[in-house]
Amino acid sequence: MRIPSFFTKPKFLKTITHIGALLPLAWMVQNYFTDNLTVNPIQELTFRTGRYALILLILSLAITPLNTLFGWRKLIPLRRLFGLYAFLYATLHFLIFVGLDYGFDWALLQEAIFEKRYALVGFSAFLILTALALTSNRSAMKRLGKRWKKLHRLSYLAGGLVIVHFVWLVKADLTRPLIFGAVMAFFLSFRLRPLRHWAVTIREKIRRPRALQPGETQP
Amino acid sequence: MKKIRSSEITPEQIYLSRRRFMVGVGALAASAIVAGCGIQPKSTTAAIAPTATSLPPADPTAGAAIAAATSASPTAIPPTATPSAPFASAATDELGGKLTPFDSVVNYNNFYEFTTKKEKVAELAQNWQTEPWKVEVGGLVRNPKTYDIDDLRQKFTQQERIYRLRCVEAWSMVIPWMGFPLAELLKDVEPTADAKYVRFEAIYDPDNLPGQSSPWYQWPYIEGLRLDEAMNDLTILATGLYGKNLLPQSGAPVRLVVPWKYGFKSIKSIVKIDLVDTMPVSLWMAAAPDEYGFYANVNPEVDHPRWSQKSERRIGKLGRQKTLMFNGYEEEVAGLYSGMDLRANF
Repeated sequence: MRIPSFFTKPKFLKTITHIGALLPLAWMVQNYFTDNLTVNPIQELTFRTGRYALILLILSLAITPLNTLFGWRKLIPLRRLFGLYAFLYATLHFLIFVGLDYGFDWALLQEAIFEKRYALVGFSAFLILTALALTSNRSAMKRLGKRWKKLHRLSYLAGGLVIVHFVWLVKADLTRPLIFGAVMAFFLSFRLRPLRHWAVTIREKIRRPRALQPGETQP
Repeated sequence: MKKIRSSEITPEQIYLSRRRFMVGVGALAASAIVAGCGIQPKSTTAAIAPTATSLPPADPTAGAAIAAATSASPTAIPPTATPSAPFASAATDELGGKLTPFDSVVNYNNFYEFTTKKEKVAELAQNWQTEPWKVEVGGLVRNPKTYDIDDLRQKFTQQERIYRLRCVEAWSMVIPWMGFPLAELLKDVEPTADAKYVRFEAIYDPDNLPGQSSPWYQWPYIEGLRLDEAMNDLTILATGLYGKNLLPQSGAPVRLVVPWKYGFKSIKSIVKIDLVDTMPVSLWMAAAPDEYGFYANVNPEVDHPRWSQKSERRIGKLGRQKTLMFNGYEEEVAGLYSGMDLRANF
């Protein structure tokens, strides 16, 4: 199946990503002005920003495995974009918790963030995302050199931490955090060398019989 | 132990007559305006006159007498009638906390029998039939009985109780309940000397309650109280709120309300009440024994293992407020737990 080249142009893919990532924010603003955030709007906003941050983080972490599995190289430039949008929603999530919810009450916050494990893991994940967002530009990549890659591998840890954060929040019904966790684990597993090699070999085997298309180079 | 001030308890007839009085005042004002316009007022003034004079005194017994007297008048509302508009006798609780608006109370519910999504319960519950309904009261009692819901509404004088409701999830509301002390029902069935606890069981109806298909919980919902907690005057069986019969999403037609304990203790849609001699195991104790104990008293000093209980978000208000010991009912109930380690007995 050939996808028309227009849809795989980096510019198109990036535009779609920008729109898709900003829609939930627009939706929340619309809901705010039409009074559609339940009677507990702070909690609703906290939950929603957290959910969007998690979904975007999973998408960001899914790009490389999708390339491994299906050879979708053209998605690679979206990885940083998804990561930065995940950081945007995580920041909103954190600010709502600290500002709107706790009104910057330091005494309450200290107890809420540093003495409660769910908040502590969430906060740790946020710190990681902050570090990654700050070093997501070309000059930071140059400056950090080899260490950049090492640093950005912390995104896997952040992914795990937010799942734990979610699991520790629900009262007993673990269905939703486990679904998110399974998707996250599925993609992360293809970063393990044996699985990655296996996936690439299978893909090559499927590909080989097909003749090269004009303009296509040998992988 | 401090008794609830009589000013905080309003028998149903009294507030209904207050309602009629206010309607009367409105009609008078309207007819005065009409008169001012030079139009002859019709018989309205005469028709509302008897109710307009029935402003009830604070004393409940006198109020009942007046209610009895006015019930003979053609404008009287029968005691079981559900007034169409939400009504409460006061705008705040005794600490000055504003009542949570009716719409918020009936559109944000933790009722896992339907769904775990609080804002979706009302919609899912709207067609759930809760009448006819029977409540079987038995176990260690001399006089076991099965009450029809109408028996409960008529046999026991319905009072208004404005209580704070503190959810274990750290949000809270102020709700004007209608109901009667559980103690009255218990006296009616006469617990034996062996009875130590009260065990409550909610409806099990998986065909109509989609949440009861969830494998994460052991249905039906079970709750329990120590007998002295159950006999405390603050503990009520609620049949209504804001002057209306309970809507399905609030636990219709009859539910427990224990205002000094976390909301999950106030079991909804009760079908069975048993007096027993051993501590009942509640649904939440079974689901997560290290997180939800039998007592579940509101206590800012004893956190949920995973989150803080020091503060709460009052629905309708921005920000947080400090959670009060026993949800602000310390004077009334602290005596029940003297000498007990509340951290161990969470």
